[in-house]
Amino acid sequence: MIEMAERGVAQVWRRIKSIYKLQGNKCETCGTHYFPPRLVCPQCRRKGKLEPFTFKGLGTIYTFAVVHQAPEDFKRQMPYVIAQVDLDEGARLTAQIVNVDKEDVKIGMRVRVCFRRIKEFGPGGIIVYGYKFEPTMRVTGHEEKAATTN
Amino acid sequence: MNNRVAIIGVGINKFGELWDKNLMDIAYEAGMYAIWDAGISGADIDGMVIGNMSAGRFTGQEHLGALAVDMAGLGDIPAYSVEAACASGGAAVRQAYMAIKSGEHDLMVVLGCEKMSDVSQSEAMNTISVASDWEWEGTFGGTFPALYAFMARRHMHDYGTTEEHLALPVVKNHANAAHNPFAQFQSPVPLDVVMSSAMLAEPLRVLHSSPVTDGAAGLVVCREDLAKKYTDTPVIIEASDQRSDTLALHDRKSITTMSSVVTSTRCALKQANLELKDIDVLELHDSFSIGEIILTEDVGIAKKGEGGKALEEGITEIGGKFPVNTSGGLKARGHPVGATGVAQIVELVLQLRGDADKRQVDGAEKALAVNIGGTGATSIVHVLGR
Amino acid sequence: MERIAMVGIVGYGVYVPRYRIKTSDIAEVWGEDGSKIGQNLGVFEKSLPGPDEDVATISVEAARNAIKMAGINPVDIGAVYIGSESHPYAVKPTGTIVSEAIGCSHNITCADFEFACKAGTAALQAAMGLVSSKMIKIGLAIGADTAQGRPGDALEYSAAAGGAAYLIGSKKPLATIEDTVSFTSDTPDFWRREGEDYPSHGARFTGEPAYFRHVGEGAALLFKKTKTTVDDYDYFVFHMPNGKFPIAMGKQIGVPKEKLEDSLVVRQIGNTYSGSAMIGLARVLDIAKPGSKIFMVAYGSGAGSDAFSITVEDAIEECRGEVPTVDDYIKRKTYVDYATYAKYRRKIKALA
Repeated sequence: MIEMAERGVAQVWRRIKSIYKLQGNKCETCGTHYFPPRLVCPQCRRKGKLEPFTFKGLGTIYTFAVVHQAPEDFKRQMPYVIAQVDLDEGARLTAQIVNVDKEDVKIGMRVRVCFRRIKEFGPGGIIVYGYKFEPTMRVTGHEEKAATTN
Repeated sequence: MNNRVAIIGVGINKFGELWDKNLMDIAYEAGMYAIWDAGISGADIDGMVIGNMSAGRFTGQEHLGALAVDMAGLGDIPAYSVEAACASGGAAVRQAYMAIKSGEHDLMVVLGCEKMSDVSQSEAMNTISVASDWEWEGTFGGTFPALYAFMARRHMHDYGTTEEHLALPVVKNHANAAHNPFAQFQSPVPLDVVMSSAMLAEPLRVLHSSPVTDGAAGLVVCREDLAKKYTDTPVIIEASDQRSDTLALHDRKSITTMSSVVTSTRCALKQANLELKDIDVLELHDSFSIGEIILTEDVGIAKKGEGGKALEEGITEIGGKFPVNTSGGLKARGHPVGATGVAQIVELVLQLRGDADKRQVDGAEKALAVNIGGTGATSIVHVLGR
Repeated sequence: MERIAMVGIVGYGVYVPRYRIKTSDIAEVWGEDGSKIGQNLGVFEKSLPGPDEDVATISVEAARNAIKMAGINPVDIGAVYIGSESHPYAVKPTGTIVSEAIGCSHNITCADFEFACKAGTAALQAAMGLVSSKMIKIGLAIGADTAQGRPGDALEYSAAAGGAAYLIGSKKPLATIEDTVSFTSDTPDFWRREGEDYPSHGARFTGEPAYFRHVGEGAALLFKKTKTTVDDYDYFVFHMPNGKFPIAMGKQIGVPKEKLEDSLVVRQIGNTYSGSAMIGLARVLDIAKPGSKIFMVAYGSGAGSDAFSITVEDAIEECRGEVPTVDDYIKRKTYVDYATYAKYRRKIKALA
């Protein structure tokens, strides 16, 4: 139990700026945005100049799935929606979509980032926080597209 | 100098949940079958390569090379594992191929093996997930089935592939496996049963997915000029190619094409001086049925978007123009991860020798196998010929 | 006591989770009369957090709203204080998780506050002190909770989830905090021992000797210090453990009913504990005209009250529409049944 509880500490901590705030990087040489941050710009390699870049947090759903069988970590949320989100600035990432009924999720839906619990290393271990996405709506500070779902 | 590489022996055990066998029991069995099939003696073997994805996580053991040589009583010959996720088996084949082609080795045993049922379902799912980008896909809930579901949904959106199309490879492969005594599942499964099975990661269902399996497959490979000492029916590895792509599916240019497959297939065919139309039988990596549809397109059997149609038209049935997965594929034969790439070669060798019994493709002379790692980050293609 | 140097609210934001459970659905499980309970408590449904939400996530959403409203760069925040009685860790500050997520610099002072339902307003007072003494330029004080009620207990009907974040500064506030006083005594009306899953309380003891005494004394102290009376204020906000106590408190002090109405968010979202008075205040700020005066008294069991006299400034009109309002969050809701509520709130022991 202790072994499980103390796992993941440094590995998660190293990524905090990326998973809490969507900090990736941008290659100043070719203008490509990357999330998560890359060690090397694959287009430019040695000629590339990578600078930290924090994404706005807005994007569009490119594809999605509804997971009905998942590992222990996600049992409480099943079934959950997971998607590939195209961030406005050009990078694409994989994240859960929350605050929505699964029937209403569509390719092309506008979403914005929110801060949620991702998982924990057991009841005694650290809690991993990070990004999930929700449809843009009044409570995300955007225009309401359709009536509030109840 | 003729440095062609020949396969002179194949071995495979019945795949399944093998409760009374541990990893070495399983690997040894397949290896011995291959050695008997080749008619060689232990002293002829000068090296071993093992394809295995994650014995460490599944069974707690690494350093399989030394362990296997030890268990087989093969003295001090060199041996090690190679890992490329679900393409570990293909990687092992390629490794031995390169070792013999370079002249460094004369005759080797290739073993693909995996023991997956010693851990819980949850742990098995997590372990398979590390074939994808664990940190940026798996951690956030992107299970391996979810990633293939991403591909399926996009393929349906872009090309009109239907739910029925997703079920067709499953029906075909189970029908084929009914004639394969080594397959994990040996009964046909009707279309409506596949289409009404429980949801796994929508739109993929449980029956669209390959199972958790224990199993091993083995080959004996050697220089072509040595082969005639042991057999009249050597099968030549006419080409071997491997390509990489981004680890995370979300970094690909397209998620409805595996460009690593497109390139490695083209390069392998070129190496073998062949065209696709020359290929008589194929094994295409179907970890999920959408995978078979996509690979059917990516190797060139069907145009992009028409993989489902090819299945509808029976083009990839045993009697069709391009029989795919006569063994039952990963879906019905089973998918002990590290063993799969080698199992594919075993099936194709049996086909080319005319030993595939009720699954036989008449007059098969050239074969092609595509073994994938993760969601297409690795593609390993072999072309075999008589 | 001397007048404090000018200090006020430069931005605020709230967050209430999407999920609600009806009083009648809880009552049905325990064989009680749902509509009677609803009437008696003045609570008809309450909010609950999703399985991936907690005080840290609620605080981040509320703080991001506050920062957007204030139009500040988060690196200018000098202090981050989170008040709650349901911090995610028993030992490890919520404040550091929040400050990292909202983009604060490393040069901040940070701590978690605890004082039952007034942990947030205690944080507010601390931030005020740092700003008015010029130790920092801007302070962030958050009151947030994902309070738990013992299954089958009266508090189960009202214990809810939500939070409010306030940025305190001295430059162009949208509302000035004229003054603040507190009344504190050792009164054990509600407590939870280490290791216990749910709190215990003194039932009727939580009324007169606890809530009413401390809120009443706190209010009296504030009137005295500021030399004001009920008539000088346009809006009143009291801590809302249920829909009845704040109304009874208002009656005791002589507050006309209409001056209390706008802050009574408890009826639709329940008691958000450290978020309660602070969300009530936010709702008033969402609608109050410049020049209005607000009288707020928060209460925390154990016990104590923090009272504030607030004046709404012209600058508030420029901020309207920047971020979602309290009503936007109240209106955004999805009902769940008791089984789902129990699953999300980890009341089922077998599931880790």
